[in-house]
Amino acid sequence: MDAQALLLSQWQFAVTSVYHFFFVPLTLGLSVIVALMETFYVRTGNDLYLRMTKFWGKLFVINFAMGVVTGIVQEFQFGMNWSEYARYVGDVFGAPLAIEALLAFFIESTFLGVWIFGWDRLSKGMHALAMWLVALASNLSAFWILVANSFMQAPVGYAEQGGRLVMQDFGALLTNRYVWGQFPHTVFSGFSTAAFFVLGISAYHLLRKRHEEIFKRSFQIASVFGVLSIFMVILIGHTQAQRMVEFQPMKIASAEALLRSENPASFSLLSIVDQATMREVISIRIPRVLSLLAYNRLEGEVKGVLDLQNEYQARFGPGNYVPDITVTYWSFRLMVGSGFLMFFLAAYALFRVMRREITQPLFKFLNVYPLAIALPYLANISGWLLTEMGRQPWVVYGKLRTADAISPNLTGGMVLSTLIGFTLVYGALMAADIYLLAKYAKAGPEPAQASRPLEEQAYWE
Amino acid sequence: MDLNTLWFVLIAVLFIGYFVLDGFDLGVGILLPFLGKDDKERRMIINAIGPHWDGNEVWLITAGGAMFAAFPLWYATLFSGFYLAFFLLLIGLIFRGIGLEFRSKDENPVWRRFWDWAICVGSFIPALLWGVALANFVRGVPINAMKYYVGNFGDLLNPYALLGGLVSLLGFTLHGALFLALKTGEPILSRACQTARRLWWPTAVVLLAFTIATYVFTDIYQRLGVNPGPVPIGAVLSLMAAGWFIHQKHEGWGFTMTTLTIILSASTIFLTLYPRVLVSSLDPNFSLTIYNSASGINTLRTMTIVALILVPFVLVYQGWSYWVFRRRITGRQEELHY
Repeated sequence: MDAQALLLSQWQFAVTSVYHFFFVPLTLGLSVIVALMETFYVRTGNDLYLRMTKFWGKLFVINFAMGVVTGIVQEFQFGMNWSEYARYVGDVFGAPLAIEALLAFFIESTFLGVWIFGWDRLSKGMHALAMWLVALASNLSAFWILVANSFMQAPVGYAEQGGRLVMQDFGALLTNRYVWGQFPHTVFSGFSTAAFFVLGISAYHLLRKRHEEIFKRSFQIASVFGVLSIFMVILIGHTQAQRMVEFQPMKIASAEALLRSENPASFSLLSIVDQATMREVISIRIPRVLSLLAYNRLEGEVKGVLDLQNEYQARFGPGNYVPDITVTYWSFRLMVGSGFLMFFLAAYALFRVMRREITQPLFKFLNVYPLAIALPYLANISGWLLTEMGRQPWVVYGKLRTADAISPNLTGGMVLSTLIGFTLVYGALMAADIYLLAKYAKAGPEPAQASRPLEEQAYWE
Repeated sequence: MDLNTLWFVLIAVLFIGYFVLDGFDLGVGILLPFLGKDDKERRMIINAIGPHWDGNEVWLITAGGAMFAAFPLWYATLFSGFYLAFFLLLIGLIFRGIGLEFRSKDENPVWRRFWDWAICVGSFIPALLWGVALANFVRGVPINAMKYYVGNFGDLLNPYALLGGLVSLLGFTLHGALFLALKTGEPILSRACQTARRLWWPTAVVLLAFTIATYVFTDIYQRLGVNPGPVPIGAVLSLMAAGWFIHQKHEGWGFTMTTLTIILSASTIFLTLYPRVLVSSLDPNFSLTIYNSASGINTLRTMTIVALILVPFVLVYQGWSYWVFRRRITGRQEELHY
């Protein structure tokens, strides 16, 4: 095994996954919002909703394409860079991936094609149904990929045979308690991402007093959608953290910079740990609060990093079982912090909507929402960094180490060239994607259709 | 038929479905800058495959997923062994897909020209690489006793495999030209017909050369999995028939025949391989087969049930989408969504 190939492959996986997940959450949520808007159009016949559907749908399609092409890289990478992983868990892990493609991707891709091209070929109802199918399938695909990921976090339903994991019980994969935290948490995060996307762009136009009707209504829809989703994200996130204590105590210990086991355990306000010497440089903690979060009561033991390290050495043999404390600690805080900020912003937006004051002159606060589009992205990415980096050194928790998962034939040079290649291509595409999104978001919706002759219409209509 | 064989067949079907469907998308992409003389004509061309290319690409994603689930060792050895080839394939597919989606979303002619060529090159690379990959399947690749690929990227680019690449490149381009002949109006229509006539000869020649080379340079005929019998003859005959129909100006039949050529020639490869999935050029005993690379019985059973339920639905709604968009693209403004 080539140590350089391992490190570079980890970087490549991080770069391509973070990049891919830049597009996925918006797809999950915006598909539902666009489908809702089109349903309002079908039911009321109000042209306003049609223009909203087309405007947000256009942005949806630009974002979706990036998700599709970067998704194939994800599927192929498990074999390309992590062939030992694929050999070891393919029996269990491959099944949800295959089902994802068969059940979700086919519907998603086929019906998005139908939706983009089918405006004059289908009845209004059928056309709206196509977007509902896209929305349903996107979220189904999230379920299956998280079934696969949850197996890496908390393996269930397998037996070890001949140095490989073999599926024993498919049902256990689906009822894995881990996935039933991860799936709703991820989906509602996606919904929140879309809510902030819509709130931000709507606020941008409302501040400039353009297309007020359309963007007021979009703002209304997104504020309701946002408050509900973020509430769910936080609620489920709380139970998920409790499962982390149960399934992956090392991850929560590291995310809390808790070096020694405590009962009752304290919550960290600010901790800096020198991981080389395992000493606390700064530590400000609130007593009992971590126990409260972990067990919903004021006592209960939460194990610390050093005690777990000893325990794991006894169980799995010598080695370093501590993930990067700085990364897990700050990604945890970034995720939770952005989440709560989003909740207050969404709740405040809803409050103004309910008092019918969105565009009151005093509402300077509207300026915040375009900037707040960044918050869900920050939360999504730091959430995944915590999930994946907090599991290190394992790729399958307690079963297979990341270092043992790498393809044996890779050399540092090979991976370096593809890492540079992916980074350059992804960077250039990101620039093109943001350019287009910004261009169409700023341009605003098209005027009502009937008022213009065909020749003047834009090409996407 | 045991479940291992069933999954081998299913994966073969998924790959063949991919070659038939994305085959014409890739061919259309390659022809884009050459058949479309101005912006409107180029938009006619990409709108002809617009509603379908993404759904067609899912056949590949599903084939990859099915391979991972049913034969994890095949997936692991193939994808890590062909590392740089798959990297190039991915980059090609990324540029092709983003090109189709982004190209017409900005009026700037430099932007559009850039994406036109991105679509063309992004289609060219996969069209070439699939033939290279299949030819290496037939020829065998260096796989050791541990079932690891021990060659490098250069080993994959041997003359025989490159000839195979030329077959898929020309074959898909011909297939794409015929698709355009069915799906577009003038002036693309007559250019596509003319291109098909010109491409047919070289396609027939390289296919013939590849068949001969397979006899001369590989030992696949001495160690046939299943004797493909008349299947390869059918592949050659259907390509001959395609030539005849193209010259008779029956493009519909021509397209049907190139579809058959793709199905029959890919089937020949999978039949001769069976029950092997990756042939070792070092020692026949090192080859990966559907038995020594497969998942356990539980996975295969579960996946069989899932596939039996879902595949018919996929075929029905994808077929329906082709029916919805059956009309020719004649260049009217409201047809051009891309």
